[in-house]
Amino acid sequence: MVTRHRPQIFRFLLSSTRDVDLAETLTQECFLKAHRNWGSFRGESSAMTWLMRIAINLQKDHWRNRRMQFWRTTRTNSVDLDEASEWLPSGESSIEQQLLARERVKQVWTAVKGLSERQRTVFLLRYVEERELSEIAAATGLSEGTVKAHLSRAVGRVRLELGGKR
Amino acid sequence: MSGMEKQGNKMDKLTDPFEGRPADAEDVELEQVLKSFKLSVHAWSDAAYSRPRTVQQTVRRRSWRLAVGWALGCVLVAGSVSGGLFERQHQIELKQRADRQRAAEQRKQVQEQQARAQVTDEDLLADVDSDVSRQVPSAMEPLAQMMAGDETK
Repeated sequence: MVTRHRPQIFRFLLSSTRDVDLAETLTQECFLKAHRNWGSFRGESSAMTWLMRIAINLQKDHWRNRRMQFWRTTRTNSVDLDEASEWLPSGESSIEQQLLARERVKQVWTAVKGLSERQRTVFLLRYVEERELSEIAAATGLSEGTVKAHLSRAVGRVRLELGGKR
Repeated sequence: MSGMEKQGNKMDKLTDPFEGRPADAEDVELEQVLKSFKLSVHAWSDAAYSRPRTVQQTVRRRSWRLAVGWALGCVLVAGSVSGGLFERQHQIELKQRADRQRAAEQRKQVQEQQARAQVTDEDLLADVDSDVSRQVPSAMEPLAQMMAGDETK
């Protein structure tokens, strides 16, 4: 289970936090927690959805603790948007296309940064992890209608950032 | 169906995942951008996941400095808090002492007033008694003199 799901959990946490070290730490905690609570997993959802739910809760707890430790708010290892946008799919043929794609990816990151925690989680689960709405609902503990609403607002925000209609 | 085709189909659905509106040029562009974003995150994650892990040696001196700083900070905080508490307790005691003194003074004043009032009543009663026994109407004056003369005899 660890071998199969660890990269996806890590990827979700990395995109949520933009912090490689933090994503690794939270991924480890996620699997440790899953191992400890394996007995309580009833199989109502897939193991991946269950793991994703643990990861979301760990991430929430982390930010909540971070807010409580107000003196540490200035210290963050999150990479800036330029660095996050450096990674590009290799399909772009020309340099101009690459630059344009990088700029677009940076704009999406900017929009994602401005989203609320829930909107960001839902957006990343849908468009990066390609989860179904029902899976997102199960992982976040929200209803499908709420997931749709969050997703709609998040996409609107991305559209706006890209300079299009809302 | 290959993995990429499956992903492509999913991305088509993702542009407008629940309303099914016809996709216009802007939606096609958005779809492309979201696809690039996804691939970018995947590439970043793959690179970060497979990077060699390095364990950084912690610098002990810094941790000692940090510990000393924390200890000093704790002492300062504890000192200022206990000083504040002591000062507050002292103020409360002073206030209680002043209140007790004021109450005692008030009690004393009330007692004095009561004592003074009692003396005044007794004097008044004595005056009335003496007035009643000594003064007689003028018509009875000869009789009173006679009685005084008898008493001297």
